[in-house]
Amino acid sequence: MKRACHRLAETGYDEPVMAMLEVEIWRGGEDGAWRSYAVPHQANQTVLDVVTHVQRHIDPSLAYRFACRVGMCGSCAMTVNGRPRWTCRTHVSQAARKGRVRIGPLRNLPVIRDLAVDMAPFFEKWRDAEARFVPSKEPPEEPVRPDEPERRAADAGIECINCAVCYAACDSVAWNPDYPGPAVLNRLWTLVNDRRDGDRDGHLDAAGAGCHLCRSHQECADACPTGLNPTAAIAGLKREVFRRALSGGARGPRQ
Amino acid sequence: MRRGPWWAFLLHRLSGVALAVFLPFHFLVLGLAVERAALDGVLDWTENPWVKLAEAGLVVLLALHLTGGLRLLLLEFGRWSDRQQSRIAVAGGLALLAGFGFLAAAFA
Amino acid sequence: MNEAWLFAAQRLSAMVMAPLVLLHLGVILYAIRDGLSADEILSRTEGSLFWGAVYGLFVLAAAVHAPIGLRAVLREWGRWRGAGLDIAMALFGLLLLALGLRALAAVL
Repeated sequence: MKRACHRLAETGYDEPVMAMLEVEIWRGGEDGAWRSYAVPHQANQTVLDVVTHVQRHIDPSLAYRFACRVGMCGSCAMTVNGRPRWTCRTHVSQAARKGRVRIGPLRNLPVIRDLAVDMAPFFEKWRDAEARFVPSKEPPEEPVRPDEPERRAADAGIECINCAVCYAACDSVAWNPDYPGPAVLNRLWTLVNDRRDGDRDGHLDAAGAGCHLCRSHQECADACPTGLNPTAAIAGLKREVFRRALSGGARGPRQ
Repeated sequence: MRRGPWWAFLLHRLSGVALAVFLPFHFLVLGLAVERAALDGVLDWTENPWVKLAEAGLVVLLALHLTGGLRLLLLEFGRWSDRQQSRIAVAGGLALLAGFGFLAAAFA
Repeated sequence: MNEAWLFAAQRLSAMVMAPLVLLHLGVILYAIRDGLSADEILSRTEGSLFWGAVYGLFVLAAAVHAPIGLRAVLREWGRWRGAGLDIAMALFGLLLLALGLRALAAVL
């Protein structure tokens, strides 16, 4: 054990090297370029491990973001071989094609440098839609049971870690600057289903300004690392906004 | 990277645009019916097998937009189903069937 | 434009048109056997309240549906936004309505 720890501290590895990986990483800002690195491939190696190896052993100037390394914080999302992924929970063996891995910054967000994108637009849309819990004035008279349908519907979308993988996967985000994106709408749908929330109509009006721009490509559901289905959530919002518009309740869009 | 639902979207959009472009011409031709000879002139032109083939294409586009639209209505207004790929396959299959039906009727 | 209302109009017109398109496809497949002629078309439609109502509703729904769909395509793929686009699409809808009603009047 002591010996293994020593090896880990010295080389960064506690597993035997299997082969060399051909890694391409985006370097620079929007007008940057791909640069190649040779990284030793190991069993159970994640894409984040690969990026960390490059930063620690090859080029310390590489910019990237991570924190928890266990799929909770949502800060390490990158584009891996064309697909947005959470890199800390993506094994190289899953993502590599013929021993090659190409790692770039997330799509649909401004690149700051290398693998770090500016997340501000993502969170600004979240803020503008007021996609946050609004306590009701009075507590619900009936206790909220975990197995009641509304609670189940709310729970279905609750495990979002704000990693922006869905936002990067979505073509509607790329095509419409006003589109809030799958994560925000998934959150609004969770709130609409939450009986404790006091502003259901407000959330529906916020959703009404953008949810129709979803074209049901389902790329978000396909990419979501925690297995959520924002497309289904957005379909629910479209349905409820439709009902509200027909009943004459909808205010104009908030844009 | 793109999967079934994305291609279904693309077909739905392209067929929709094509139908929107075709529709004014369709209406213009039917408007000729006030003078039967004028309408018959156009209809004679459609006897050309190549024109019939193009019409079969239009039928497929219309059927595709119909089945794709029903799929979307089901997706947006029905209960969510994880069998999206099968629905896409059914929608595409029915539209092709309509096209073959047209060809069979036109060249019978 | 209020997106929620446009969406509602788009989906409602789709729901109206779905059975009409199905009927229209049936008529196409039926009518195309042994070729089309002005006489054949007009003998079916002239003075018919049923076909007048069906195709009148069809024209109206299409004139609502097509411009909303085209607007989405132009916004997303054509990067055309704002009041100019909305006015252009409203005019396209009116054009469809006018040509459609003219065609309807010609065959009734």
